[in-house]
Formats: sequence, structure tokens, C-alpha cells
Amino acid sequence: MTTGTGRSSDEPRPVVAVVVFPGSNDDRDAQRALELLGADARLVWHGDDELPRGTAAVVLPGGFSFGDYLRCGAIARFSPVMRAVAAFARDAGHVLGICNGFQILTEAGLLPGALRPNASLSFVCRDVALTVERTDTPFTSRCAHVALDRPLTIPVKHGEGCWFADEELLEELEASGQIVLRYAAGDNPNGAVADVAGVLGEHGNVFGLMPHPEHAVDPLLGSTDGGLILGSLVDAARLSLASPV
Amino acid sequence: MRATVLVRPKPGILDPQGQAVSSSLQHLGFEVERARVGRVIDLELAGDDEADARRSLERMCEQLLANPLIESYEIALDASTGA
Repeated sequence: MTTGTGRSSDEPRPVVAVVVFPGSNDDRDAQRALELLGADARLVWHGDDELPRGTAAVVLPGGFSFGDYLRCGAIARFSPVMRAVAAFARDAGHVLGICNGFQILTEAGLLPGALRPNASLSFVCRDVALTVERTDTPFTSRCAHVALDRPLTIPVKHGEGCWFADEELLEELEASGQIVLRYAAGDNPNGAVADVAGVLGEHGNVFGLMPHPEHAVDPLLGSTDGGLILGSLVDAARLSLASPV
Repeated sequence: MRATVLVRPKPGILDPQGQAVSSSLQHLGFEVERARVGRVIDLELAGDDEADARRSLERMCEQLLANPLIESYEIALDASTGA
């Protein structure tokens, strides 16, 4: 099988915490996709002080936390659970932010750059083609067999996905290999600097992306490429169970 | 005490909202070369120590009201409006 989905059912199901903020709306999609990919995905309320016992990875899902007031993600980053998420990341735990989750992680300083309103000022909702720059990360390992052949197809849906970093920061990130996912040439939906669609934190265990892998895990919806991203995370979470962080 | 915080997109940051405003004003016949759109936050603060207020306003801006990577801020404090 070359799709992202499908793993044998006798492998352990790592606990993946999916944080629910007021205004999150992709939490259940993320949970369903992660379950499909072999995780024990649990919804965690933003007001909780702790992650579930045995959490092996954390996903901050898409949506409009706190109504996107002030700046997207600016208020959610102060939710009680974010202290636990930051501590989990400090201890080398894997954290994935999707869309609004990406915005929250940049606001929290766990990922570099910032997300600004789309250059077009329009909300954009469509499939995009993505090139994977590295497959040696916990978030892209399953892309190894497709990365060189073809771009991934995963939908975006956002009004503020224009990733920004100044020249100096961008140069640093390019040099350190933290730019992991880009919109394919000519397919940048939001004006992001250097076509950046997904960026890795400095220690390689935190990743954020604007496209929605959880909406691309079922052939019925046109693409299963999202399973390559989420499946990579489930693999990494399973590995971390074998050697607890 | 009342305070006003002005938050602006930093120079060099793409501001599509400002571009839309500028082009709309041009369509209305105004000779506008550029517009940048920021945010105004009016605050009413408890306490009457101006220096304290200024310090806490700085912290508010750094922590929440502005994102220092992309925005600059300016604080105007009106100490004459104490309760």
C-alpha cells in the first residue's frame, strides 16, 4: 500500500491528545483521522491543566479559537492546557499544529514566524499541491516513497495563512532545514513568504502547517495524502512509547 | 486611568487590508499613495500610579496586544482621567 492509511491492527495504539479550544472545529475530524491511522485519539479541553496519562503526541486542530479575536491564536496560547503542551514539547514530545493550531504555536513561540491575512484578503478553500522538502522528520517520514515522485494533494481552508518571517529568520530556517513543506510552484494560496506551508521548530519535534491533513485521509474526499503526515506522527508517537521521553 | 494602545503592522510587512483601503480611497477620487491598517485598543485601568500603569501596559503589549515579530505598538496614557 502506498497510501497513508492502513496499518495492522495489532500494533499498540499510542495516545494522541487533540486539544479542543472554544471555536476549534476540526477537532473531531482530526480525532477520526488519527483513529483511522491507528492512534488512540482523545479530545482534551483547553481548560485542562494536564494532558491525558500516557500522551505520546499532541495535535492542535484547526478552527477559530476564541473567534480569532485580536490575532489568530493570540488568546488560545494562554489557555491552561498550553502550559502542559509547552512542557510536553520541552521534553521532546511531538506536537503538531494544523491551521489554527499552527497559528497558536507561532503565537506561543513554539514555532518560528507568524501567520498574516492572506494576500488576496479572501478566504481560500481548495486543494493545494505541496512539496515535501524533508522526509526525515517525525511528521513526514511516510512521505519518503512519494516525495520525489509527485507533490502531495491536501486541502487548505483559511483566511490568515500567509506565513511571514523576515529575511534574516527565513535564511536561518532554510539553512537549518526547518522549512519542511512548501506550496508547489505557482500554487501558493495565501502569499506566504518562500511558499512556506509547514515549518518545523528548532528541535524538530514541533511542526505546524496550514493545509489540513485530517481532511485528506479518505479516498472518498479525493486524496489520502493527509494520512502520510498524520500517519508519520502516529508512527513517531508509537516509537516514543517504546522509548518514553 | 485611561490608556490607548496603537498597534501597527511593522514596515515591510505585507498589509493587504491597507492596500484594499488605499485602492478604495483612490476609487473614491482621493489622492492616497498608501494606507496601513492597524488596531486601536482603549483601556480603562484600575489604580492611579502612572509609572505602574506604564509598566503594566508595556507587559500587556509584549504578552498579548501586539506580536513583536510583525507589529509595533505605541502607548498613550491619560493620567488625568483617574477615577
